[in-house]
Amino acid sequence: MTWYAVLGAVEQGLVYGIMAIGVYLTFRILDFPDLTVDGSLPLGAAISAVAITSGINPYLALLLAIGGGFAAGIVTAILNTKFKILHLLASILTMIALYSVNIRIMGGPNIALLGTPTVFDPVIALGIAPHYAGLLVFGAGALIVSAAIIWFLRTELGQAILATGDNPQMITALGVNTHFIIIIGVGLSNALVALSGALIAQNQGAADVGMGIGTIIAGLASVIVGETIFGTKSMARAIIAAVLGSVVYRLAIALALGLEFGRFSFNPSDLNLITALLVIGALIAPNLKRKMVAK
Amino acid sequence: MITIESGTKFFHKGSVNEVRALHDINLEIAEGEFVTVIGSNGAGKSTLLNGIAGSFFLDTGSISIGEHEVTRWPEYKRARLIARVFQDPLLGTCPSATIEQNLALAMRRGKRRGLRPGVRVRDRSYFRQELEKIGLGLESRLNDRVGLLSGGQRQALTMLMATLIKPEVLLLDEHIAALDPKTAVQILSLTNEIVAAQSLTALMITHNMRHAITFGNRLIMLHQGSIILDISGKQKKELGVEDLLDQFYRAQGEALATDSMLLT
Ligand SMILES: Nc1ncnc2c1ncn2[C@@H]1O[C@H](COP(=O)(O)OP(=O)(O)OP(=O)(O)O)[C@@H](O)[C@H]1O
Ligand SMILES: [Mg+2]
Repeated sequence: MTWYAVLGAVEQGLVYGIMAIGVYLTFRILDFPDLTVDGSLPLGAAISAVAITSGINPYLALLLAIGGGFAAGIVTAILNTKFKILHLLASILTMIALYSVNIRIMGGPNIALLGTPTVFDPVIALGIAPHYAGLLVFGAGALIVSAAIIWFLRTELGQAILATGDNPQMITALGVNTHFIIIIGVGLSNALVALSGALIAQNQGAADVGMGIGTIIAGLASVIVGETIFGTKSMARAIIAAVLGSVVYRLAIALALGLEFGRFSFNPSDLNLITALLVIGALIAPNLKRKMVAK
Repeated sequence: MITIESGTKFFHKGSVNEVRALHDINLEIAEGEFVTVIGSNGAGKSTLLNGIAGSFFLDTGSISIGEHEVTRWPEYKRARLIARVFQDPLLGTCPSATIEQNLALAMRRGKRRGLRPGVRVRDRSYFRQELEKIGLGLESRLNDRVGLLSGGQRQALTMLMATLIKPEVLLLDEHIAALDPKTAVQILSLTNEIVAAQSLTALMITHNMRHAITFGNRLIMLHQGSIILDISGKQKKELGVEDLLDQFYRAQGEALATDSMLLT
């Protein structure tokens, strides 16, 4: 693997790490498997791309994307809490709807960001090479988001979110409206996913309606790989583990794509298969281990 | 403090499985009354407490707590006034949170939860002081996850959490039933101390007739969703287990089937 490939994988790992934190919030903290993310990642990309091409500041465009993602999450959460639709199904419905919404927003299946301002400009203006600028911005982004979420989950409201995932009956008896908490939590999760999508679009120079396919699987892979390697001793640790898990995951993918077995090598289109196998492996590994030890 | 007027609750209404869990309940509980609730399995005891707490709405009738008419209040809103301890020690606490985080959650029962730190430094000494009172040595383990505690320890913690800020009403649904006899007695006397110290209005469900007589200052017996016995004060103090059983037969007008009412 070349140095550039490594840099690229780390960069991707960091920016998708923001998405992985979002998946951690729903999947692990709220116990709410949320497939909305496959739609909210391109939603963030679409909103920020359209905003930038209409002359809006790229940083402001990120905020708009965050707002859009939050709204998407709220839709899923309301379908689940107020209308009693199973969380998985509710999120698939939102995801499907977002496919159309995203095309509407972009006025087509994709939108290019060539020569437009991006969030990387101020960093590049400092004289930093473009391929390091991405790394720097994404690293800073992942750091800020991790710190903010760790802080938030330690507030009164954040603690109520943790408790809602852990023991909804108890936290209801303590006066918390768990519906409200789920709406906030799933909204926040999708806000992060959309932020991640917005950053990716600005980095790739394009937003595409198909760029969200497999987001949930990549997010789960990151969370699970992170937990396995870096542990879950505390909430803070688990969140940082999700980001680092995302980096490890992207490196593993880059490595796999570079492998050659005689005439056989992987295509980028094999990525989802590899990821699915990776997640399956990580999910059944603890079970297998237990069985082996028992014998 | 609590007023229930013609409260009725059906489960599976209109189906072949229809159950009339509460039947025209009229109950007035004064402030500071500690009511023990007995009755055979399925008599409607849990349904009565759940109905007061708002786990569901009554089919007919009304409930007031203090000056609040709460009939249509959802459970989380009634939690401003009501604290609960469940039978299952696992239900009352958050296993992955620490002892101090659990206590901090309970400190804000029924209050707004914003962006201030969940656990505040100045609360810690209060937590330690309160934990010391329950005498299990938990005051030195503020940062231990609650999942590490035994069932009895968790139930003691739940008792403390329920009364950390004084509730208008405390509801206890067989809260010692899942504990070993020694721990059960400890939690029961802890309950009694707390209820007395804060002069709480409380309802406690029990299957133990002796406990039902010894504790509290009023006793009600439920049968098939109705209150069939209601005694308090001196009359209750003078009651023996035998008398209680006798009352049970008479009120029902039928022999006591072999149900799980324990004679202890
Ligand atoms: N959620 C529910 N759905 C359907 N039926 C219920 C439900 N909860 C209670 N019931 C029924 O209502 C009746 C009263 O039940 P309840 O749980 O109040 O009894 P209990 O007096 O607490 O009994 P136990 O001593 O066994 O706890 C029973 O017939 C029970 O089967
Ligand atoms: Mg019961």
